[in-house]
Amino acid sequence: MSRITRRRELIGLLSACAALLSSCSYGVLNPQGPVGAREKLILIDATTIMLAVVIPVIVCTLAFAWWFRSRNKRARRRPEWQYSGRIEFVTWSIPALIVLFLSGVAWIGSHDLDPPKPLSDAGAPGVVQIEVISLDWKWLFIYPQERVAAVNELVIPVNTPVHFKLTSGSVMNSFFVPQLGSQIYTMAGMTTQLNLLASHEGTYNGISAQFSGDGFSDMRFDVRAVPSEEYKAWLVSAHADADHLDVPRYARLAEPSRDNEPQIFGQVAAGLFESIVRNHGAAPGASGPPSPSATDASL
Amino acid sequence: MFGKLTWAAIPLNEPIPLATVCVLVVGIVAVLALVTWKGWWPYLWREWITSTDHKRIGVMYVILALVMLLRGFADAIMMRSQLALAAGHAAGYLPPEHYDQIFSAHGTIMIFFVGMTFVIGLMNFVLPLQLGVRDVAFPVLNSVSFWLTAAGVLLVNVSLGVGEFAKTGWLAYPPLSEIAYSPGVGVDYYLWSLQISGLGTLLSGINLTTTILKLRAPGMSYGRMPVFCWTALASNLLIIAAFPILTATFAMLLLDRYLGFHFFTNDGGGNPMMYVNLIWGWGHPEVYILILPAFGVFSEVIATFSGKPLFGYRSMVLATMAICVLSFMVWLHHFFTMGAGANVNAFFGIATMIIAVPTGVKIFNWLFTMYGGSIRFTAAVHWAIGFMVTFVIGGMTGVLMAIPPADFVLHNSLFLIAHFHNVIIGGVIFGAMAGYSYWFPKAFGFRLHEGLGKAVFWCWFVGFYLAFMPLYVLGLMGATRRMQHYADPTWQPLMVVALGGAAVIFIGILLTVAQLVVSIRTRDRRRDVTGDPWSGRTLEWSVSSPPPAWNFAVLPTVGGADAFWSAKHRAGAAVAEERLIALSVPKNTPLGFFVAFFMVIVGFSLIWHIWWSAILGLLGAIAVCLRHAWRTDLEDSVSVATIAEHERAHRLRAAQA
Repeated sequence: MSRITRRRELIGLLSACAALLSSCSYGVLNPQGPVGAREKLILIDATTIMLAVVIPVIVCTLAFAWWFRSRNKRARRRPEWQYSGRIEFVTWSIPALIVLFLSGVAWIGSHDLDPPKPLSDAGAPGVVQIEVISLDWKWLFIYPQERVAAVNELVIPVNTPVHFKLTSGSVMNSFFVPQLGSQIYTMAGMTTQLNLLASHEGTYNGISAQFSGDGFSDMRFDVRAVPSEEYKAWLVSAHADADHLDVPRYARLAEPSRDNEPQIFGQVAAGLFESIVRNHGAAPGASGPPSPSATDASL
Repeated sequence: MFGKLTWAAIPLNEPIPLATVCVLVVGIVAVLALVTWKGWWPYLWREWITSTDHKRIGVMYVILALVMLLRGFADAIMMRSQLALAAGHAAGYLPPEHYDQIFSAHGTIMIFFVGMTFVIGLMNFVLPLQLGVRDVAFPVLNSVSFWLTAAGVLLVNVSLGVGEFAKTGWLAYPPLSEIAYSPGVGVDYYLWSLQISGLGTLLSGINLTTTILKLRAPGMSYGRMPVFCWTALASNLLIIAAFPILTATFAMLLLDRYLGFHFFTNDGGGNPMMYVNLIWGWGHPEVYILILPAFGVFSEVIATFSGKPLFGYRSMVLATMAICVLSFMVWLHHFFTMGAGANVNAFFGIATMIIAVPTGVKIFNWLFTMYGGSIRFTAAVHWAIGFMVTFVIGGMTGVLMAIPPADFVLHNSLFLIAHFHNVIIGGVIFGAMAGYSYWFPKAFGFRLHEGLGKAVFWCWFVGFYLAFMPLYVLGLMGATRRMQHYADPTWQPLMVVALGGAAVIFIGILLTVAQLVVSIRTRDRRRDVTGDPWSGRTLEWSVSSPPPAWNFAVLPTVGGADAFWSAKHRAGAAVAEERLIALSVPKNTPLGFFVAFFMVIVGFSLIWHIWWSAILGLLGAIAVCLRHAWRTDLEDSVSVATIAEHERAHRLRAAQA
């Protein structure tokens, strides 16, 4: 009796989940670029393959338990049965074959979708270069070719590969735009790389996916994927901004602050990103990482 | 004089922690007053606190785990209710400074003081009985291990009222956990309580491994050991191999924090990535330390209640030991997103998936153990079947995240949170609860209320699905872990469902308490006089419930697997009285309690930089150990008459039943 209720419950839950998934209009199941799209495909393929075994196992568990209940007069008991070479061969083979297959998916996928791997020909002129620095608790995006920078707002041209170089001006964070695909850690004194492309215009949520302290929940930024003319227009307007990002300005920016509004810097000191990496995240010339005892603007 | 400790450490102006602390203090004082008023202290001191009996120590571990489950669950329900509220512009009721401590404490407590404590308790209680021996290899050390764990528990809970707990997550990644970013005492509470309890865990691992390798009943070769003993062996080998990594890693972080070293700092040549590698070098084996004994419990429960030997014993053993070895080769899958490169990621992804093969084999073997059996649907079997159904889902999502490109979008999301709760609740907690209801009559001589036991199961089962299936969905929607609030109001309905699930689990926890109370009050109707209430197959069921201090009057001679089952079928298992000889059992000793007492002083003093009392505490701990080392009177002897009397009484009760 209880077993049937449980099965119904499970089916109910699974179908509720399926309904929710299909109604979900954003997130990693609604990718807006090739990286995310391939990752979604791997996700769905791998799940389907595994469900082909998982569902029968669940059904068998419930069916065996129910049929062999002690009160069932019709069940044939085998109280001494404890070994069958043939069954054991099959029980080792099924998971082994699935894992063999998924290993292939993992190997090929790891190489295809390796974050530093360029999406088009390396160094092609069309590639937009962006330097990302995670700070307490906001994101700084530097456009080294155009010498502008923005905080908590990332504007990229649509259908153009973007190459990110990332580091941290503070603790570890993870740069993640769920609808574009792969995330990558940012770490002080180190540079990670990531290549993404937005194939549709739109505004996508970006987050930090690695807890970094009290202001972590507000380390959100909008990614605006815009047509290239609009992108160029944005660069021009950004250049017009009077705020300039040099070393002292960076040191002030790096002080902990929460829930920051987007901000533009019309000029950026050359080589700022590299010197921050060399200086383990601290403002070049400063001796250590920004101290959290410094005034926390929103506290 | 008192280092960093001032009155400001008491959260007098924060209502939530203050209220919690007041309730706790009142509760503890009430319990202590009751014990004093009833005059139970001498009994508790003699029979429990100073006991070196593995059964008593095992029971105390389980009680500690259940109490800490309440604490860890209180944290869980606060997090779930915060997230059910804090959508859009709402801030919820827990500010980040407090919320961050709660999720850090939840993880720390649930892994170290609920999961670990529960499985070590079960192993402590069951292993010597299943192996057919009188105690663990080092009974006094066992008591020390338990009390060191209790010392860690105490320190973690002190942080609630004096100072703060870590705000770094349960693994305290640097540089966030370094002094530059976490200048408070929270991380120090975390580090010292885990250093002290970790020492206890390591000693316990050595103790139980030695017991299995060296102290088995005559005739119990490795190939005849019950599968629970095999899984316990694998688990304890992992403890011995993995816990020193944890201790060393924490020691380096402590040097960074206390003496200005640069192991894991951003500057000065430090490397935080090294910490992440090291901590998962311990952390991944840790999850197998937890789950393998649970697999052992399910093997025992399914075989016993199907009335059949376990299907594919050798496969099961092979799979267990394969998992034991492989679990050390997969740690990097916890941070594919660190940018290690395609070859490294692919290697660790594939190594991780390979673990799914022996795990899958285990599931199939349980399935075929049920096949052809005659299954009695006790509460323990409910847990086992609920586990098989739930765990395969958790295993599937685990393999999914072992594929690096899939992990790139799922890492650190609520999908991950759902996955590991899927395997830890569906595996470890279900296993612990199965073991609890299965071995309870052996420990106390009466059965738990079956109806309430099944109700507890259904609450956990339904509650788990309600609480964590929405988290899988939220993870796919882009929700990450450790958020204190979120901007997207469309996540809120799922967060509310998850809170509902937590509430259902809460009912399950209340029913666990109710089950215990009802069972104790009606224990006379639930007596297990035969010592074999479930028609068991292994040696623990061949002795009275509860077993005498010496476990076995004469060590059993084992002629095959499922030793007790075959013995039952060769009538005349009773021991002839002329074969009895006088035995000695280890004397009680307060050593463990005193060592833990001094270690609490050491830990607390180091956390608050009170150097003089840290030194005094350490000297105290060393002094009590030295004093014990010079003791000569170590054992109590048990006369033949006492043993014979116990055996006769047990046989008589069993015959009358």
